Amino acid sequence: MTRIVELRQGILKKNDELARGLRARYGAAGVLVLNLVSSPGTGKTAFLERTLRDLLAQGSRAAALVGDLETDNDARRLAASGAPVRQINTHGICHLDAEMIDRHLTGWESVELGALDYLFIENVGNLVCPSSYDLGEAIRVALLSVTEGEDKPLKYPTLFNSADAAVITKIDIAEPCGFDRDLALKNINEIRPGIRIFETSSKTGAGMEEWLAYLAEALVKKAS
Amino acid sequence: MHELSIVSSVVDTVTDSLAAYPGARVLEVRLRVGALASVVVDSLEFCWGIATEDTPLQGSRLVVIAVPVVMHCAVCAADVELESVQSFRCPRCGQPCSDLRQGRELDIDSFEIDDETEPESSKSEKTGAKA
Repeated sequence: MTRIVELRQGILKKNDELARGLRARYGAAGVLVLNLVSSPGTGKTAFLERTLRDLLAQGSRAAALVGDLETDNDARRLAASGAPVRQINTHGICHLDAEMIDRHLTGWESVELGALDYLFIENVGNLVCPSSYDLGEAIRVALLSVTEGEDKPLKYPTLFNSADAAVITKIDIAEPCGFDRDLALKNINEIRPGIRIFETSSKTGAGMEEWLAYLAEALVKKAS
Repeated sequence: MHELSIVSSVVDTVTDSLAAYPGARVLEVRLRVGALASVVVDSLEFCWGIATEDTPLQGSRLVVIAVPVVMHCAVCAADVELESVQSFRCPRCGQPCSDLRQGRELDIDSFEIDDETEPESSKSEKTGAKA
């Protein structure tokens, strides 16, 4: 005799439940959490380095969790900004999940969530898998560099469609790369209509003022 | 490539549910996968054989039900289905849409079992015949 057993449940239910718990925890602590996602080589670490340095200089309190398959190179780079930074090594796993975040927040002695304004999570460089895993973040940021091709949002619609903000990096080298700005903006808007887009250079600081203002606004909005 | 971990979690969930059906063999597992779920169906199928090996799901079929993207168009005041994920515009009026109503699903819908455990009545008949 055959029979059909209905389950109707999310495959990533465990992750989603953990992420809900994290979101409640961030909310209670009043910290704005951002999840930065891009391909390898987009300049996430350089952008975060610059963001942390600029935030600390204006008196904000920020920390970062950084995910990579191996090495703590990025954590060491970011720590030079003066912000507390903790490395997460996934040992082959291509994305961060809520359990990894939970585990690394627990027992992070130098960081008290309640004493932070911003917590940045730099995801593993990958434009596919991280989009399935909710980390409890308030804002998901998709990054794209001028060297990657303007059609990246069309090639990876699942990530760009789930993002709350988009950051174009390395605009200081846009011209020699033959970067078609209008086309890139159009493609991002085609996948995620109306999304906030920041055009930045971590090297020259271009666009950082606007980005920091966005962060400050989002923090106020979260608190109210 | 997170399909193997996704498939493994399906195997774990179904295996847990099988506790209620001792001796049952799994014939088929049905998933609902949204067009924006970020998983490759071919990879799920490829991983299925590996992930089910030496589990109660060994030899079962994986069936993927594709779930299209549905947006709410404020201009048309209606839920509309997108034909592709290359453009998030209402297929009726052409306006950009950002109000997603469906398409990120990554769910186990159901599974089918061959339940060899006999109903209580026939069991007692057999016992009677033996005695």
